[in-house]
Amino acid sequence: MQEIPYTVAVRQDTGLYNAKMGIWLFLASEVMLFGGLFSAYVLLRVGAGEHWPLGATYLNVAIGTFNTFVLMSSSITMLMAWASLKMKNFGHFKMYQGITIALALLFLSVKGYEYSMKFKHHHFPSDNTFLAIYFTLTGIHALHIIGGVVVNSYLWGPGSKMWQAEPERFTNRIEVAGLYWHFVDLVWIFLFSVMYLL
Amino acid sequence: MSESHHEHESSFWKKYIFSVDHKIIGLQYGITSLIFLLFGFTIMMLMRWQLAYPEQPLPVIGKIFGENRMPGGIMLPEFYNQLGAMHGTIMVFLGVVPLAVGAFGNYIVPLQIGAPDMAFPKLNMASYWSFFVGGVIMLVSFFVPGGAASSGWTSYPPLSDIATVGQTMWLFGMAFLITSSLLGSVNFIVTIFQLRVKGLTFMRLPFFVWAQLVTSFLLLLAFPPLEAASVMQLMDRLAGTSFFLPSGLLISGQPLANSGGGSVLLWQHLFWFLAHPEVYVLILPAMGIVTEILANNTRKPIGAYKLMVYAIIFLGFMSFIVWAHHMFLTGMGTAISSFFQATTMIISIPSVVILAAFFLTLWGGAIRFTIPMLFALAFLPMFGIGGLTGLPLGLAAADIHLHDTYYVIGHFHYIVAPGTIFALFAGIYYWFPKATGRKMNTLLGHLHFWPSFVCMNLIFMPMFIQGLAGVSRRLYDGGLTYAHAQGALHWNVFISMAVWTLALSQIPFIINLLVSMKCGEKVGDNPWEATTLEWATPTPPPHGNFTRELSVYRGPYEYSVPGASRDFSPQYEEKP
Repeated sequence: MQEIPYTVAVRQDTGLYNAKMGIWLFLASEVMLFGGLFSAYVLLRVGAGEHWPLGATYLNVAIGTFNTFVLMSSSITMLMAWASLKMKNFGHFKMYQGITIALALLFLSVKGYEYSMKFKHHHFPSDNTFLAIYFTLTGIHALHIIGGVVVNSYLWGPGSKMWQAEPERFTNRIEVAGLYWHFVDLVWIFLFSVMYLL
Repeated sequence: MSESHHEHESSFWKKYIFSVDHKIIGLQYGITSLIFLLFGFTIMMLMRWQLAYPEQPLPVIGKIFGENRMPGGIMLPEFYNQLGAMHGTIMVFLGVVPLAVGAFGNYIVPLQIGAPDMAFPKLNMASYWSFFVGGVIMLVSFFVPGGAASSGWTSYPPLSDIATVGQTMWLFGMAFLITSSLLGSVNFIVTIFQLRVKGLTFMRLPFFVWAQLVTSFLLLLAFPPLEAASVMQLMDRLAGTSFFLPSGLLISGQPLANSGGGSVLLWQHLFWFLAHPEVYVLILPAMGIVTEILANNTRKPIGAYKLMVYAIIFLGFMSFIVWAHHMFLTGMGTAISSFFQATTMIISIPSVVILAAFFLTLWGGAIRFTIPMLFALAFLPMFGIGGLTGLPLGLAAADIHLHDTYYVIGHFHYIVAPGTIFALFAGIYYWFPKATGRKMNTLLGHLHFWPSFVCMNLIFMPMFIQGLAGVSRRLYDGGLTYAHAQGALHWNVFISMAVWTLALSQIPFIINLLVSMKCGEKVGDNPWEATTLEWATPTPPPHGNFTRELSVYRGPYEYSVPGASRDFSPQYEEKP
């Protein structure tokens, strides 16, 4: 059977291997998904006028800031994991990738704590449109984090066996997973500014 | 193909059901979507009975639908609404798009660009199965309490927010269909950019591939906002939020318990942001198919190929900024209306460019009136009528009169039914010999084409008359209790008769499709004497497609090249 070309090698005229182009397209689609949600936020807020509450009335800015730093750090360690593979240092990759996953889990725990505090104070999505869009946006973002944790854990654990046979392809996989992870991080920065600070 | 290749003893399941081969997946998409098309059409035939003979029991089969749908064989309004909503949903999301993109795109695109398969074969399989699950959810929703979704294929809130559980099923079904289309569109774009064979530059791509490329971009970028909207509607329905429920809403005289503060227009914006590009998703692959068949059967290069490419790219961009012409009557303001009216007029230009190029291709051609060519030729005036009748709808002032009438139904059905679906039929007749090694029967083809062509016009032309007379769409009694409608009601029986005749004229097609697979006339690798790469494979193409190294030396439609020994010069043949 003829092999599918450019799974690992870069095609000259596009400058990309297949998976890298695929993830960029996927991220373009993700931009449209979050773009739709943020547009909804804008429309609802404009419609509500002065009734729209300040983010800080419901949300704890300190916790949100802490979580922002957690996620940004995980983005850096994700980059370090990829760089380690580029420098053929598998041990460092294991460490950095492990830290990335741990930080993501820390982020989710903090998020879960925030959610539980909301419920404890009887703040539910059905209370008003601010809480509705808050829970929807952060919920969808959290699902993206969970998806990233699953993929990163696979690449850290069983998936890393590929390093022995096809190191270049495995490095590419980490790069692609990293691009996704940076995107999810970026979404959070927008989300944090819009929901907590504005 | 490498010599070390060894045959796997693959089981039936692996080879035909969970296959990662783009051709098998294409056929899976094709068969599934044809069944859905037939199902969606059957739903419509039930509705046409109700419209032609309101309050009369449906003979013979009326009883089997049960007391909560058709007591005594007479259709309940609730059931009519379910059929209406699901006819639209099934035809668009489970019938035409999967056939045009999933089936033809999957089967033909890798062949036409000289690729061994799609770039991500496993994603391709996941895309089909996600589509399949979405379809099953939609079908099952007919049997949940309250029946299927009944708020129209557009699912406008607040009606959809308070509808029965079928609407929740619809939203979950859509989530699967959106996932499927996301996986598919990423795959198509990467395949077309990365896997083009040596020498196949972008300006040598067959127009069909261009159409699929632009379509994939539309699917990739237009669907996610609907996914966002679906999530919000699910939140409204399941978590009690008020994204689409304004303050002070009364339901049957009772104030709604929700917090309010939402916006019904928000849904419409997000929905049409998808659904207008979706219209081009319906039509662009059809234009691609027609291009291939016109060039092949006129034995002429396609007129103004480069202009067509620029037109289709422009069309793709513009399709993202015309959506609110569906919303002129929502009171969103004249300034916004003017903007969308202007963009709508502009987007008709590239469509006219492409249609004009088609007609120019016919000029002076030595036309072969094959069955695919008949369908492709019929596409031109039908799409023309559909397009031209759209112009009054795009003008905000004229739309006030025509909005939500049968005129609208006639307009978009002219584009999708005798337009896109005819092009899809053309594609089936054209590429059938590549997939099976046999031609479809010509006599049965004529028996399929002529009555279908006549009936399509008998069905949709009177709808313009009804619409201009003011008959609203979605009236379950066909307008019986509607004062405006009285003068145009006699067309209802006429249209319904034509619908049932149209159904009968699909029988030759079904017979042809099934019988020709086993008993059709055997043909060689390139029976239509075509120029594009899919005809360079063995027939049917094996796993991995091409048995020799290919290079492309020329443009896609070099027919009747002066000085050449034959009237077609394939892309894969070196210039002398």
